[in-house]
Amino acid sequence: MSKMSYRDAIRSALREALRDDPRVFLMGEDVGGYGGAFKVSHGLLEEFGPERVRDTPLSENTFLGAGIGAALGGMRPIVEIMTVNFSLLALDQIVNNAATLRHMSGGQLSVPLVVRMTTGGGRQLAAQHSHSLEGWFAHIPGIKIVVPAVAADARGLFLAALRDPDPVFIFEHATLYPVEGEVDEQAGPAEIGRALVRRAGDAVSVITYGGTLGKALQAADELAVDGIQAEVIDLRSLRPLDTETILASVARTHRAVIVDEGWRTCSFAAEVSARIMEGGFYSLDAPVARVCSAEVPMPYAKHMEDAALPQVPAIVGAVRAMLGSHG
Amino acid sequence: MTDIDRAHALALLRQMLLIRRFEEKAAELYSVGKIRGFLHLYIGEEAVAVGTMQALTPEDGIVATYREHGQALARGLPAGSLMAEMYGKANGCSRGRGGSMHFFDVSRRFYGGHAIVGGGLPVAVGLALADKLRARARVTACFFGDGAVAEGEFHESLNLAALWKLPVLFLCENNLYAMGTALARHQSQPDIRRKADAYGMASDSADGMDVLAVEEATRRAADRVRRGEGPLLLELRTYRFRAHSTADPELYRTKEEVAEWKRRDPIGLFTARLQAAGLLSAADLASLEASVAAEIAEAVGLAEAGPWEPVEDLTRDVYTRTP
Amino acid sequence: MPILTADMSAGTLVEWRKKPGDALERGDIIALVETDKGLIDIEVFTPGVLEKIVVQPGATVPTGAVLAIIRDEAPTGAPPAPAAAPPLAPSPVAPALPPVAPAPPGRLKVSPLARKLAAELGVDPATVRGTGVGGAIRREDIEQAAARAAAPAQKPRAALDRQARLRQAIGAAMARSKREIPHYYLATTIDMHRAMTWLAEENLKRPVTDRVLYGALLIKAVALALKEVPELNSVWRGSEPVRSEAVHVGVAISLRGGGLVAPALHDTATQSLGDLMRRFRDLVQRARTGGLRSSELSDPTITLTSLGEQGVESVFGVIFPPQVAIVGFGKIVERPWVMPGGQLVARPVVTATLSADHRVSDGHRGGLFLAAVDRLLQEPQRL
Repeated sequence: MSKMSYRDAIRSALREALRDDPRVFLMGEDVGGYGGAFKVSHGLLEEFGPERVRDTPLSENTFLGAGIGAALGGMRPIVEIMTVNFSLLALDQIVNNAATLRHMSGGQLSVPLVVRMTTGGGRQLAAQHSHSLEGWFAHIPGIKIVVPAVAADARGLFLAALRDPDPVFIFEHATLYPVEGEVDEQAGPAEIGRALVRRAGDAVSVITYGGTLGKALQAADELAVDGIQAEVIDLRSLRPLDTETILASVARTHRAVIVDEGWRTCSFAAEVSARIMEGGFYSLDAPVARVCSAEVPMPYAKHMEDAALPQVPAIVGAVRAMLGSHG
Repeated sequence: MTDIDRAHALALLRQMLLIRRFEEKAAELYSVGKIRGFLHLYIGEEAVAVGTMQALTPEDGIVATYREHGQALARGLPAGSLMAEMYGKANGCSRGRGGSMHFFDVSRRFYGGHAIVGGGLPVAVGLALADKLRARARVTACFFGDGAVAEGEFHESLNLAALWKLPVLFLCENNLYAMGTALARHQSQPDIRRKADAYGMASDSADGMDVLAVEEATRRAADRVRRGEGPLLLELRTYRFRAHSTADPELYRTKEEVAEWKRRDPIGLFTARLQAAGLLSAADLASLEASVAAEIAEAVGLAEAGPWEPVEDLTRDVYTRTP
Repeated sequence: MPILTADMSAGTLVEWRKKPGDALERGDIIALVETDKGLIDIEVFTPGVLEKIVVQPGATVPTGAVLAIIRDEAPTGAPPAPAAAPPLAPSPVAPALPPVAPAPPGRLKVSPLARKLAAELGVDPATVRGTGVGGAIRREDIEQAAARAAAPAQKPRAALDRQARLRQAIGAAMARSKREIPHYYLATTIDMHRAMTWLAEENLKRPVTDRVLYGALLIKAVALALKEVPELNSVWRGSEPVRSEAVHVGVAISLRGGGLVAPALHDTATQSLGDLMRRFRDLVQRARTGGLRSSELSDPTITLTSLGEQGVESVFGVIFPPQVAIVGFGKIVERPWVMPGGQLVARPVVTATLSADHRVSDGHRGGLFLAAVDRLLQEPQRL
C-alpha cells in the first residue's frame, strides 16, 4: 500500500498491462511523444516503443473504430480520447459498432476494447472541454461505463476493464489526476458493477460518482457537525448499475440526494432516482432530490463556473431541506 | 480467353448465377412478406463480389456493407444460413439478430454487414492493425460504395492506413449512385481512385462488369498489400440494375440508362465469352442453372424449417456475460 | 357486536365515534371495531339517539353482545348547533426545495414510507399533523401518533398479532367451506379483444382520473350474468339456499401484510362502470387502511377474485360461506385464437372460472352462467 496520485495509479496500471500482455497497446492523440494531454502515459513510449504506444492523427472516429477492429483481430487495445467532448466525433463507432457487433453477429463477435477519456469541469476550460457526458453513454446497452473516483479505483477498474470481454469506457474526471490516495500495486482488478458505501450514515443517502465524490464526502463532514449522518455511496460503475446497494442504503436512510455533474434534465441522476422509485418507493420518507449542474454550457469565468457546478453548500443545503433542518 | 481454365470459369459463372438467382428469390420472398426490413439487391454487381473473392485467402478478413448478399455468397457463407437470416430465424448466420444488412460469419472471417455508410472502414483498419502488430501476412478487404467516399471516416481511414502502412485493401464498388444521388452530384472529384493520391496511397481501377478483369486487378492489388507495401484503393466500376432498395421508385435515373448498362450484364457478357471460346455449351449452362436452383430451393427450405429464437433470449448477446 | 365476517366470533371495541345524546342517522358510523379482518366501522341501520354506551373501548365481546342502546325516536327540540371545527393551524412555511411539487388539493401529503407504516400500525393519516417539508406526514409523525394512541389504553393490539388472527379466520372459513360445500369447478376462455378495444376507446373520452380498468368490466359482466342464473346469487341459511334479490358482488382484495378481505360493491348490477371503478378504488384503499364498513363485509352475495396481476392464468377459488359461488379471472394473455372461418389470429383472452356449490346448482347452470359472462363481454358498450 502506498500513497499515489490518481494519474500515477493509471500509469502504473497501464505499464503493468503493457508489460504483462503482448496483445495490449495504447493508442490516441499525443499519448506517445507528448506523454498524454494529461501526462497519464508519460514515459511509456520510451519503455514500450511506438508500435505499442501509438500517436494517432486527430481522427477520433477512425482510431476508435480501429480499436474495435484490432479487438476483433485478437488484440487488447486501449484507446485514449483526450476529452469526452471529442468523443462525440467517435459516436458512430461507439454506438453503431462497439455496442452492437456482439449482438448483431448473433454472439459471434466480442469487442474487448478499453476506452479512456477525461470528463468534467472545474478547470475554466469553458463550454467545449468541461462537460460530463458519461450519463449519455450509460444509456447504451452493449458497452460498460465505469467512473473511478479514487486512485485505487483508477487502477482497479482499469485492470477490470482490460480483462472484460466487452467494450468498457472509463471516464476520468480531469480534476482528479493530481489527487492522491492509498493504492495497493499488488491488488488485482476491481469488480465492475459494484458500488461502495464510502461513508456510513443513517439520515440520508448521498449517491454520487467520479468528480463529485469528494464534494459529497466534504458535505457529509459538515452535516456530521450538526449530528446529521449522511451515507455516501460511490457508484463506480454507471452501467451496469448496482441498484442493490442503492436500494439497501435508501432502505436504511429513507432519503436520497443524488449528486451528478451532468445537467439535471435527463441526467444520470434521473436514472438513479427512477430506480429508487421503482425499487424503494415504500422506503421513502421524502421525495428524492438531485444536485446537478446548472442548465447552461459551461462558462469560462471562475465564479460562473463554480456557480454552474454542484458544490458542497448545495449538497449540504439539499440534505438540510430534505430533513427540514435549518441549523 | 482461350487460356482460361474451364473449371475456374464455370465456377465463376456459377457463383454469379447463384447470387443472381438467390436475390431474385429474395425479392420474391420479400413480396410475400417472408423477408422484411430493408432488402438491398446486388443484381448487376455480381462480377465485383465474385472476382474480388478469388484473390482472397480464407485467412484474409472481409468487411462488407449492407448490400452484402453477393460478398457473403462469394465468400462461401452457406445460402441457407443467409436465407434463414433474412427470415429472422435462429439458424441464420447472425441468429436472426441482423437480417439482410448484417451477415456475419467469424469462421470465414466475414465481419459484417455494416449499414452505416463508411462505418466499416475504421473497423477494417483495426483488423489490419492487429495483423500488422501480430506480424500476420493477411489482407483485410473492405468493401464500400461510392457514397462512402463523402464520409469523413473514408478519409480518416485512408490516411491512417497509409500512415501506418496497414494491409487494408479498400474496394470501392462504384455503382455511380449514393442511394439516389449521382456521383457527379456529390463529389467534386468524381474520379474516385485519385482520392488515394492525397494519402500517398497506391490505387487502381477495373471494369466491374468483367469478372476476369476484377479478379486480375484484385489479385495484383492483394498481392501488393500482402507483401507489406501498404494499403491500396481499388475502384471497381459497376452498376446496380435494381432499385436501391425495395422502397425506391427510381426517380433519379432514366430507364434508358438502366437499359444501356444491362447490355453489359456481367453474367450475360461472361456467358457469351465462354460460349464464344467454346468453353460453355447450352447443356453446361442448363446444368449450372439447375444446380443453382437446387441450392436455392434447399436454402429456402432451411429458412422455412428454421426455428425462431425464443423471446426469453431477447437480451442475450448484449454482453458476453450478462452483468 | 355485529357479525362482520363468516367465522367471526368476537370483536374488540376500539373507539366510539358518537357520544350519548348524539342524534343518529341511518348510515352514520357509530364505532370502530377491530376484527380478524381488520378495523371496521360500525354503521347505524336505524335512526335514533344514542342513549347509552354499554361496552367500553378496549373490551372484547362475543358477537351478539349489546354494545350500546339506541333510543328509537326522532330527536326532539332544537339540537345544539354543531360547533364549527377548529381551524387548522397553518403549517410552517417549507424551506425552498424547488423540485417538490405541492400536493394536489384535497389529498394528504404523506410520504410513501409513512403511508405504509400508517396502514401497518392502524393510524389514520388524516388524523396526523405532518412535520415534513410543506407539512408532509413523515415516518416519525406516524410513529408518534401510533405511540400516542397506544399509550392511554392497550387498544390496537400488535400488528403481528392481528396478522395471525386474520390468518386464523381465513383458515377457519376456508376449512369450513371445503368441509361442507361440495364444490364443482368450470372454466372457459373468453376472447377479450372487443372488450379491451372498446375500453381503450372509452378511456380516451374520459378524464384521466375517471379511467376505467378492465376489472370493472368483469365485475359488471358477472353481476349482469347473475340475473340469468340467479341461484348462484344466494346465501346458504341453515339447510337451504336463500336467493338474494340484490346483487352485491364481493371483490377479493389482498392486504399488504398478507391475508385478504372480500367486501361488497353494493348493487353491482345497477352501477355505471365509472361508479363501479370509483367505488372499487375506494374499497381497496379502505380495505388496506382498515376503514371498511360492517355491511360491506357481511353483504356479498357472490365473490369475484382476480389474480391476473400476479400472472396467474386461471384461479379455482374456494367458496366463501355462506355464499354459494365464487368467480375467478386470470391474467389477460395473448393466445392463438381461431376465428370463424378458420383464420388463426393472436387475441387477448382471459380464463374465467366458476367454483359453485353443488347443493344449489349443477354444472349445466354454471355453464350457462359462464357463457352469459362471455356473451356480455362481447358487447362491452352495453355494460
